[in-house]
Amino acid sequence: MNNQKVPLIHLTKRKALPWYAAFGIRAAAIVLALIVCALVTTLLTGENPLQIYATMFAGAFGTPRKLWILGQQIAILLCIALALTPAFKMKYWNLGGEGQVLIGGLAAAACMILLGKTLPNILLIPIMLAASVLAGAVWAVIPALFKAKWNTNETLFTLMMNYVATQLVAFFIIVWESPKGSGKIGIINQATEAGWLPIIGGQKYLLNILIVAVITALMYVYLKYTKHGYEISVVGESERTARYVGIKVEKVIVRTLILSGAICGAAGLMLVGGTDHTITTTIAGGRGFTAVMVAWLGKFNPLVMVLTSFLLVFLSRGASEISTKFGLNQSFGDILTGIILFFIIGSEFFITYKINFRKSAKKEAE
Amino acid sequence: MKKLVSIALVLVLVIGMFAGCGAKKEETPAAPAEQPAANPDANVVFDNDDTPFDVSTLTADEIATVKVGFIFLHDENSTYDLNFMNAAKTACDNAGVSYVIRTNIPEGQECYDAACELVDDGCNIIFADSFGHEDFMIQAAKEFPEVEFCHATGTKAHISNLPNYHNAFATIYEGRYLAGVAAGMKLNEMIAAGEFTAEEAKMGYVGAFTYAEVISGFTSFFLGARSVCPTVTMDVTFTGSWYDETAEKEGAQNLINGGCKLISQHADSMGAPTACEAAGVPNVSYNGSTIAACPNTFIVSSRINWIPYMEVMFGRIAKGEKINADWTGTLANGAVVLTEVNEAVAAAGTVEALEEVKAELINGTRHVFDTSTFTVEGKELTSYLADLNDWGDYTGETEIVKDGAFRESVDRSAPAFDLTIDGITLLDTRF
Repeated sequence: MNNQKVPLIHLTKRKALPWYAAFGIRAAAIVLALIVCALVTTLLTGENPLQIYATMFAGAFGTPRKLWILGQQIAILLCIALALTPAFKMKYWNLGGEGQVLIGGLAAAACMILLGKTLPNILLIPIMLAASVLAGAVWAVIPALFKAKWNTNETLFTLMMNYVATQLVAFFIIVWESPKGSGKIGIINQATEAGWLPIIGGQKYLLNILIVAVITALMYVYLKYTKHGYEISVVGESERTARYVGIKVEKVIVRTLILSGAICGAAGLMLVGGTDHTITTTIAGGRGFTAVMVAWLGKFNPLVMVLTSFLLVFLSRGASEISTKFGLNQSFGDILTGIILFFIIGSEFFITYKINFRKSAKKEAE
Repeated sequence: MKKLVSIALVLVLVIGMFAGCGAKKEETPAAPAEQPAANPDANVVFDNDDTPFDVSTLTADEIATVKVGFIFLHDENSTYDLNFMNAAKTACDNAGVSYVIRTNIPEGQECYDAACELVDDGCNIIFADSFGHEDFMIQAAKEFPEVEFCHATGTKAHISNLPNYHNAFATIYEGRYLAGVAAGMKLNEMIAAGEFTAEEAKMGYVGAFTYAEVISGFTSFFLGARSVCPTVTMDVTFTGSWYDETAEKEGAQNLINGGCKLISQHADSMGAPTACEAAGVPNVSYNGSTIAACPNTFIVSSRINWIPYMEVMFGRIAKGEKINADWTGTLANGAVVLTEVNEAVAAAGTVEALEEVKAELINGTRHVFDTSTFTVEGKELTSYLADLNDWGDYTGETEIVKDGAFRESVDRSAPAFDLTIDGITLLDTRF
């Protein structure tokens, strides 16, 4: 009778695992993921899974250009994830990265279109930077103020701000589109390159990569070694404790979200001024949400997040190469990415929790 | 306060980096601002060609010099991309050239990246299939002058000053006109059967965007229908996207609810055809036959056969000949085609009628945009300045009405007809 109350499976939180055990679990997860992917590949397409994996690597690293594209995409994704991180550490769920990037990009595009003919780049680019950073910050601080003042739900609020940003961009595309009615702005200032971020070292994407490298280092220091960073962790652990020790929680929320939005705005600038030189409603490409995964998988550590953003970009670049080389639909690459992520996220569960099975009834009887 | 200071510090550092780089730029190439001449249109030369090329005349050595790259906006789920993709594969296999296909490439930096990667892969001719790819193809064309860049539906080749960048389109308005004739005949049949009166004969059209490519398409479709069913009118709704299955389905459904008796579309998903099949409303399709999914409503579809275009490009590059800025496919060179008519749905005699009208269009006795067949705001069109030189100035510069017809796709391959004619009502141009 007694043992009926014990469930078949119950979970207990683990004490911190030694690093080698944690890494062992992660490695096992990746190996398992690759085996499942191989099975799925062979069953569905009849292709040799080893060739598929080789193609993924070739797609990400195959040529110098592919390496630069990989670097650029990592940089943008990482930049947005870094922006979200301080907010997340504070347990403020900023799901508005997409909108903050878009609005920052829109601000940059507006400067390029409206001022591109009158100002030289030396003035125009700082103005674009200021505009993008400010726009991103404003977009993030609006829900933060509501949260601080009236404790509104920031998850819904930041999500809804994404739609507002998308519609604003859609509106301005109709204002600036060329030709009228086509729904496209096309490359802005293609002849004059006004407002285009400079190319350094002859590499289009180097500047973005360097900027994000600096932001990564600064963010690491900011979170780990500054008073602000400490306050963010305390607010994240417990608002009451924070109030008790004299931290002004509202102020920390607002301040952190200004930072969060500002960095997203800078990411928008890098996309519009640095690489694409146009604005579309899809220029953020869902990275405002993918960045959430980057930040969580990286446990909010900016240095680990470099690896997690690398992993996600590698998977997507590899997936696109598979669809090109094998003539498979893009969705097939996405299936493989999904399987691999499922196992990686799953492994974090096993690192945090232990599974206890009920001892078998037979043994119990004896 | 300290907190604010440190936050400001972070921002200042970032700003400093941008500003520093901005300064560097200023030193090197002192702003390569190509000041456009006072009247840029004065120097523009139209360079449009429609001659086909017979790839069987190529030698094996010549064929071996060609490697083709393709950039597609969507994948085979889009009817437009599927039609282009099928042509690409067939044309390459027929000519015996090797090729690489990249699908799902958005109209952004990804297109430039994909083009450059195809160059790295050894491609010496690269095609892109979507209007919004144009500027990114031009970026790549500037960087790789030894590679030919061929862009379908674009407008800027003849003003780009790039000998290795080319546009192409087809006189699909002729195909749409023929499809319109089939639609008008179906309406006549339904009127004769007493399903509705001649005054109630209204068609619906689901369009993607509100610019010339779409407007030219639905206007020619409408004129085709009106040439056989004089009382017909048409409502047009827009989705603001080339591929949005839900919006296209809803758009078609709204048109049907609004009293439209027959639907056609210029957007690339199966949304409108499947909505028609569900509602039992006849549909004139685009890009290819949808008879498999819509056996009870599909009448006919016009589509561009891109194979002649690709063969011209392959042939010219293999022979080392000049490629014109524009190439236009026509009914005569085989680039504008109709699918098989679905005789279970179409009115009796449709096939024969289409043959007759097609012959008239080819021999020039009938013009789709004959200015005596339509009015704009109640008046016949006698003069119109079209914006063929698309500098982004939104102003027309080229007189396009000549000898009683709107000269669509004559000077430049991409369509230019962007007038709303009487009889057509645009419902939601703001998407």
